[in-house]
Order: sequence, then structure tokens, then C-alpha cells
Amino acid sequence: MTELKRPALFDNLRNIKVPFEGGVVNTLKAGDLISLTGAIYTGRDQTHRRLCALLDEGKPLPIDLNGQLLYYVGPSPAKPGQVIGAAGPTTSYRMDSYTPRLLELGLLATLGKGSRSMPVREAMKKHGAIYMATIGGAGALLSKCIKKSELVAFADAGPEALFRFEVEEFPAVVINDLEGNDYYEMVSVRGRSQ
Amino acid sequence: MREIQSNKITESVKKVVIEAATDLEDDILEKLKDAKDREKSELAGKALEILLLNAEIADKEKIPVCQDTGIAAVFVTIGQEVSVKGDLMAAVQEGVRAGYDEGYLRKSVCDPMTRVNTDTNIPAVVHFDIQTGDKIKVAFLPKGCGSENMSGLKMLPPSAGIPGVIDYVVETVHGAGSNPCPPVIVGVGLGGTFEKAAIMAKQALLRPLGEKNIREDVAKLESEILEKINRTGQGVHGLGGINTALAVHINTYHTHIASLPVAVNIQCHAHRHKEIVL
Repeated sequence: MTELKRPALFDNLRNIKVPFEGGVVNTLKAGDLISLTGAIYTGRDQTHRRLCALLDEGKPLPIDLNGQLLYYVGPSPAKPGQVIGAAGPTTSYRMDSYTPRLLELGLLATLGKGSRSMPVREAMKKHGAIYMATIGGAGALLSKCIKKSELVAFADAGPEALFRFEVEEFPAVVINDLEGNDYYEMVSVRGRSQ
Repeated sequence: MREIQSNKITESVKKVVIEAATDLEDDILEKLKDAKDREKSELAGKALEILLLNAEIADKEKIPVCQDTGIAAVFVTIGQEVSVKGDLMAAVQEGVRAGYDEGYLRKSVCDPMTRVNTDTNIPAVVHFDIQTGDKIKVAFLPKGCGSENMSGLKMLPPSAGIPGVIDYVVETVHGAGSNPCPPVIVGVGLGGTFEKAAIMAKQALLRPLGEKNIREDVAKLESEILEKINRTGQGVHGLGGINTALAVHINTYHTHIASLPVAVNIQCHAHRHKEIVL
């Protein structure tokens, strides 16, 4: 495998360690383009359904979500020698009905694409969590920012399983910050006033 | 009567399935480059740069452009003078299955009742059409569902007229926000019946980007809707700017005097499509 050069595009981005340390999440504002380095968990439709089913049954979850970042992704299969296949974000609103319950457990950040519902935004404000988007349809490039992938739970869900990724300079745009700002809304208001 | 063995169809379908996932066609690449050159929003410009770099990496290293390698939409046009030896439908499905398997593509097809993944990415959605001639044409569109989910269909009253059509298309794209991965391509089916409008909307996505409808009035409508969509300011991934959509393609068919069906099929910028002629 040829190791791809680090895209020069990300050279000047503020790089932030995940899981977030101290009060760093307070400093992230809607519209900030940043990059993430560290460990994150993944999950999409099936993982969310199953996590909430476990909560319903009063059973323990396979991971402690407190302080963690959850990335909405269902990667394509890795070819031999690859860490992972394409691994860009999936659309976040499909997780909206599950997200407030996970925020109650201390989930600190979510990462996907597209806007969140009002109940999710309110729950994020209440629990002090943020939402970020990364670039949909850039799965090949984003796979280069994933240095390690490890299956954690729900193996039979295939691409919808829960993985732990080690990421390096993974690009993200802050959409919902702790002050309750929503970047898509800010852009939309600006668009209308033009 | 020209004869074609069904296994030849399987091989060809497999090949386009594998290639389509990693190699974007020139039409979409040119549109993305053009969008980047014209973009004024800094953040949207960066996102477009990322998309172009992504296409380069995908092509060079044969990694899918997007992890959502789609549900397979296959349009097969069969010439009247061709006889297929063997089971044509089975041959197409096997080509799709083998392509997703051997190409390390994501299997994203499940039962709607149980949500259990078939782990093969089949069944594909296959449409057959008959034409004159002795060729078989296969058009393949792996359809990601971030964009598919944002599509819509409305049976407008004829009194709504073309202004009603414009409003519905623009509102469908605008309401989708950043969910379908803009800049999008908008396929519109105008007229026909309920199902005809929907199929036309998808077929419109197969038209090479930059090609207008041959009818002048429809071509004008395509330009007008595109301009209106891009004036919303949503832009690339909802990050602002002038590139919410790259193209609007409208296909039309005659309709009932009481009817004005309009279907909008939204396609993401990872516009993968391939065609083969046998």
C-alpha cells in the first residue's frame, strides 16, 4: 500500500485531541473548521437501535459513552492491507430519535453530516454537547485519516457495527456549539438576506 | 437474430459495478472543478477541494469515492433483434452481486420489514426497456440513499402550472439542506403517471452532465430551476456559497388532462454512473 501524503489542505487547521480534554469543547464555535486526533467510536442506525434496546432492557452498554465522540459511519470493507475502506459520514437525522438518550449518558460530541432536530439541539444544550459535520462523499480521503479500526460490538450488523477508530487530523466543521448556535441555520439566514 | 450469452452480461455488469465505485466520470469531475473555480465561500471552497482530492485518491488507490456504494439501479435497454441465451434477470443480479463482493464494496441492501442485510447487495432494482436494433445497453447507477431519501413526488393540479413545478423542485432541494451531500444533481420527471414520473426522474440522472433537454422550453426550465436553487445560498454541504446544485435534468412525458405529476430524484455529488453497450 502506498501511504498517501497528508493533504496540505489541512495544514493550518486547529488540531484537537479526542476524547476532548478539559474545557476544550467550550472553545469550539459553530463554523470552525478543525481536525481531530485520537480515539472515537462509530455507530449508525443499527448500533443506535441496539444501544437503546439495551438501555430499555436495563442492560449495560458495550462501551462507556461518557465524554466520548460518536461518528456516524458505515465503512466499506477494507481490502487486504488496508486499515479500512471508504469511511465518510452518513446523514445524522436518522439518529435523532436515539441521540438524546445517549447524551444523557454523557456522550459529548457527535459527528456526521446534515442538520439535527430541535429535540437533539435542545438535549445537546442541556447536556453540554456539540455536533460536528465532516465532508460527505469524501470517504476515500477520510479513510486516510483513520489509522486503526477495531470492532467493538454488534459484529453481525456488518458495516453498521460499533467500531473504535484511531484518527489523525480528521477534518470536521462545528455545526452546533455549546451556545446553541447552528451553523447551517447561520448560513441559511445569511443566504436569505442576500 | 443476434445472440448474446447471459454470462457475458454478468461479466459486463460486474465490471461496471466495480469501476463505478472508484472512478468518477469526466462529466462530474469537470462540474466539480468548475464549481471550485467559481466558489467564493472559503469553507465551501475548501470542501470542494477535499472532494476533488478525494476523487483523485479514489481513482489512484481504487478506494470507493463514498462508503455508501449504494443500492444498484440498473437500466437495461434490449434491442428487438437480440436474443439472450439464459436468464437475463439472473445474469444482471449475479453481475451486481459479484461486483460488490469482488470490489470490496459495501453491502447496503436489507429487508424493509426485518432490516436484515442480505449481505450481497442484491436484489438490485432493474428496469427493462425495449428498443429497435441488435444491441443491449446497460446503464448502472449505484444510488446512495443519503440523497435518495431526500427525493419526493407530488401530483400537482394542472392549475399549479410550471410555476408550481418550479416551486416544488426548488423547495424539495432547499428543504433537503445539507442531508443529500450538495452540490447535488437534480433529476426531474415531469408528466406521465405516478410511477412514470419517478422513473423519469431517475433516468434524467443518467444523462451526461452539461447536456440539456432537447426541447428548448424544457432546457430553459432546467436553467431557471438551477439558478433558483443556487440562489438559496445553502451551497456545498450547507456551508454556504453558490454551488447547491450542479445540474437540473428534466425528462417529460405526456400526461392526463387532470394531472401534473412531478418527481424529484436527488443525487449527491458522488455521482457514480457507468454505461456499457453489448
